[in-house]
Amino acid sequence: MSLSRDDVAKVAALARLALSEDELEQMTRELSKIVGFVSLLEELDTSDVEPLAHPLGTTNVFREDEPAPSLPVELAIATAPKQDGECFLVPAVLGD
Amino acid sequence: MSESTDNTAPYTTVIGLEVHVQLLTKTKLFCSCENRFGAPPNTLTCPVCLGLPGSLPVMNREAFRLAVRAASALDCTIAEFTKWDRKNYFYPDLPKGYQISQFDLPFSEHGQLEAIDPKGGFAPRTVRILRVHLEEDAGKSMHDEAAGTADSRIDLNRTGTPLLEIVSQPDLRSAAEARCWLGELRLLLVYLGVSDCNMQEGSLRVDANVNLHIPRADGSLAKTPIVEIKNMNSFRSVERALTYEVARQYEEWQATGKELGSAPKQTRGWDDAAGITRGQRHKEESSDYRYFPEPDLVPVRLTADEIATIREGMPETPRALRQRLADTWNISAYDADVLVGQGRELVAYFEALAKLVDDGKVASNWMQQDVLRTLNDRGITIDAFPVPAEGLADVIGRVKKGDFDTSRGRDIFAEMINSGRSADEVVAEMGIAAVGEDELMTLCRELVAENPKIVADVQSGKQQAAGGLIGQAKKKNPNVNPGKVRELCLKIIGELPAP
Repeated sequence: MSLSRDDVAKVAALARLALSEDELEQMTRELSKIVGFVSLLEELDTSDVEPLAHPLGTTNVFREDEPAPSLPVELAIATAPKQDGECFLVPAVLGD
Repeated sequence: MSESTDNTAPYTTVIGLEVHVQLLTKTKLFCSCENRFGAPPNTLTCPVCLGLPGSLPVMNREAFRLAVRAASALDCTIAEFTKWDRKNYFYPDLPKGYQISQFDLPFSEHGQLEAIDPKGGFAPRTVRILRVHLEEDAGKSMHDEAAGTADSRIDLNRTGTPLLEIVSQPDLRSAAEARCWLGELRLLLVYLGVSDCNMQEGSLRVDANVNLHIPRADGSLAKTPIVEIKNMNSFRSVERALTYEVARQYEEWQATGKELGSAPKQTRGWDDAAGITRGQRHKEESSDYRYFPEPDLVPVRLTADEIATIREGMPETPRALRQRLADTWNISAYDADVLVGQGRELVAYFEALAKLVDDGKVASNWMQQDVLRTLNDRGITIDAFPVPAEGLADVIGRVKKGDFDTSRGRDIFAEMINSGRSADEVVAEMGIAAVGEDELMTLCRELVAENPKIVADVQSGKQQAAGGLIGQAKKKNPNVNPGKVRELCLKIIGELPAP
């Protein structure tokens, strides 16, 4: 099992990663190795094994529907690269 | 095509809807921030919904309960095992870079809901529901177009609030059916107390998938590419957008012959002012969201007993209520639909009234005319209505007894609404007193004596001529009951010696 350069370029684009040509080569090689390693699992017969939804065995962890104080707005937006005291500011989102 | 509602159309319209509703919880889905519309921007956030590192989501029990209740009412099968998944995409209103949603094991599937047009515009349509799942909402981005290239402002108050996604099968066959079905869905969810379904505030959002099946001369079927329509902000715009899109697809097919599969699924936005749909970006393939199981939340397992308990606590559905009102109070399906459409509180008022006056039809008429008109005029709901059912029942009782006629009763009721006074007080104040038998007899004798022409007409067999006496009677005393005046006058004339 190996990945194509196009596969890696697509995944990089979805992850918003800008890869140079060299990096793309390198990633294709290394990711293929990882996928190849995981592919070892395909040698096992898993027809009787239930898919694992979660590594912990526990289920049904809930909290009650009780409000608690939220952060003050100054704190909520404090670490934003750009803000106007009220909102996070981001490059214009147009259309859609 | 027998399935087409519009029998004149040379094609069948195929519509499926995807509906998002916000749940009526006090807090968000995975944190204890308030779930509230209209707060100042970014005042309802915390490390969990801001997606800060090291924070962990914990499921809101009430959100899950409301979700199961909604799915049960939609006849869905509730899964005994369900889990959460991450849906990965980048957008400024999604601080984590992924949405916690449900992918392969939603908590419910395979339901149905019927669309019924009370006016009989189309045959009842049962629409299958593919799945209902629970997910978190995103925040809001605001952009001031006038400011040109300025930044967009992001408000994360809505981020992480609980959202129910309801996906129908493509079973709807016209824009009118889609609108009607949505109306029924909204009513059901409001009755269940699951959501307020306020479209203006975005607590109910609809996307529609639509294409056409066009029979060719050789008997085969041409299918147009599926289009997803977004940005519809009212049920009316859903109907308008679908009507527009159906016509547009047929024209495009005639011009290009393009079919499903030859073009990717297209997303088009509805422009309400222009009354058209416009092409938007191509939809990413489902796999591009790179779903994977959410490691921060454990799955939920429900026993059959627990599912049964949630089902038992379910309030009456609008459909069951319509049937019961029609059966119990002997009103038409249409009348029951109007009353039920106004909400559970108004129905409670109606039932109290119907019981007091022991007459469903009369109660329904007064509700639909006098009560509903006042509610609409004042823009209020029934809980703010100034006259309790007992007060209206008092007026109706007096009309039935013959103290005054219906139109006089209406005036009295209107005054009770305006002043908040009782029927007794209004009657006294307006000088409306029941006209005694003796007084009425005297008045009728006068009328007969003063109107020899009418008397002669009646004697010659024209009973309807007596109508002329009623107008005069009302002038003499506005409180007289027209029916009684007519009856008495005819009796007096009948006892006169023949001419």
